[in-house]
Amino acid sequence: MNDLRDLYQEVILDHGKSPRNFGHPDGANRTAHGHNAMCGDTIDVFLTVDGDGKIEDAAFEGQGCAISVASASMMTEMLKGRTAVDAHHLFETMHALCTGHEDEADLSDLDEDTADRMQILAGVRQYPMRVKCATLAWHTMDKAMNEKAKEDMSAQEVGV
Amino acid sequence: MTLASVDPVHRSRRNSGYDVERVRADFPILSRKVHGKPLVYLDSAASAQKPRAVIDAMTRFMEEDYANIHRGVHFLSQRSTDAFEAARAKVARFLNAAKADEIVFTRNATESINLVAQSWGRKNLGPGDEIVLTELEHHANIVPWQMLRAEKGFEIRVAPIDDTGQIRLDETAKLIGPRTKLVAVSHMSNALGTILPVREIVRMARAQGAVVLVDGCQAAVHKQVDVQSLDADFYAFSGHKLYGPSGIGVLYGKYALLEAMPPYQGGGDMIDRVTFARTTFKEPPHRFEAGTPAIVEAIGLAAAIDYLADLSPVLVADHEDEVLAYATERLSAIDGLTIHGTAAEKGAIISFTMAGAHAHDIATILDQQGVAVRAGHHCAHPLMDRLGVTATARASFALYSTKAEADALVEAVGQVKRIFKL
Repeated sequence: MNDLRDLYQEVILDHGKSPRNFGHPDGANRTAHGHNAMCGDTIDVFLTVDGDGKIEDAAFEGQGCAISVASASMMTEMLKGRTAVDAHHLFETMHALCTGHEDEADLSDLDEDTADRMQILAGVRQYPMRVKCATLAWHTMDKAMNEKAKEDMSAQEVGV
Repeated sequence: MTLASVDPVHRSRRNSGYDVERVRADFPILSRKVHGKPLVYLDSAASAQKPRAVIDAMTRFMEEDYANIHRGVHFLSQRSTDAFEAARAKVARFLNAAKADEIVFTRNATESINLVAQSWGRKNLGPGDEIVLTELEHHANIVPWQMLRAEKGFEIRVAPIDDTGQIRLDETAKLIGPRTKLVAVSHMSNALGTILPVREIVRMARAQGAVVLVDGCQAAVHKQVDVQSLDADFYAFSGHKLYGPSGIGVLYGKYALLEAMPPYQGGGDMIDRVTFARTTFKEPPHRFEAGTPAIVEAIGLAAAIDYLADLSPVLVADHEDEVLAYATERLSAIDGLTIHGTAAEKGAIISFTMAGAHAHDIATILDQQGVAVRAGHHCAHPLMDRLGVTATARASFALYSTKAEADALVEAVGQVKRIFKL
């Protein structure tokens, strides 16, 4: 039996209950909508990216389980101040960690706090049916960033 | 709820009472462990487990009698055909259909409903027509009609439920009018357990000349269904929820309706004569069974029906009601837990949410205690919207469920509260 307390760690429960950066900032210029068709979870990610491609602000709105809300909340905290390249690297690292490809995850460039938080979220890999709960926000963020060339703000749809 | 008169023969073997432990011994999977804990399987509304009698019947059939049906003159083809058609007759008796030819074998109830939509619906529905569904419907009884509406341009009206999760008959009556061609309703809600007053709904539909399709996926498992007494025009259910195998479903249709319906799919076994210029089709039900059907699964479904009959449907229903009442009482006593669906007429399903814990987190934590429940929208998005929730956790009980399992559920819910500090 897996220890549920490895999955539902204090920081996850805290972010799940009191998500940070929850809302739709006025200045957001990148957005995407994500949903998990299996469970009905939905998320909208709002990013404010400056002229140099740096993420000034990150926020989200949506409904979901503790894992998906905590993952989104912690992600928005980790994104602030990062470049588009860094953000994509974070997404790939998170994806690798959660899907059991730890060997492909490169955490060497990350500060200790970020690496720790990603490992905590990656505890979900012990629960294959819940991996998408943890990765939904990240897929949605990556989609929002990939649409940066677009002038319009039409939301991009992501299904996981 | 329409109950058929009880066949005294069905009470014979276990008339001294219902021995649930003996019943459980018939289901091999129930003795396995999950995450080191005894399996507490409370997801039978999604799919029920299979008794040894079903497993053995299918194995024996494949080992001794299997061949394709309706094709060969050889010995095994005849044996196989006889067994397949005997399964059809058994299903007809199970539903109290007037004759075996009113039973069409499909993949599942979803395909049964799609068959009615694409065959009866395509022929009979058009602009200006209306069909009536309910807020309780499974996506299987919504989406096929929406797909057809996109082509045919009829209107879909939705009968509302009250706060207990029961259909509002007064509002339903207002929706069924002279333009109504079809009323398609669930007999028992898969998400809430509500048993709908189908006979009253049929009466309303009949008064306006509308046809009635009943989604009997859950009701066929928990109640004795008599399609003639209900006066349903179509009745659909799936084998896998009835302790039979997956891959086999049933569509009952009144023969006069089936006879007037065009084929659903084309292929072998459904034709009378084929030339490149013109093809004529067989009579129902074979007209609707193109290609090699789920032969082994039909044998398995027949074995499941025999198994149920042997246990006595009345004793099974009493047992399930008892476990449902006990589990409802225990769960109701938990602070912060809300049961969705409290209709007076209700089958063995409890849908619930907890303040501060999402249904998926509940299900993961329960699973670690060996307790299998369903979490999510139960293929009923419109109902979830009506309830104002995105998901619920659902415990569903079956003929092998016990009060001790209800206790295990309550204990596991306690673990949710401990982890989430609720």
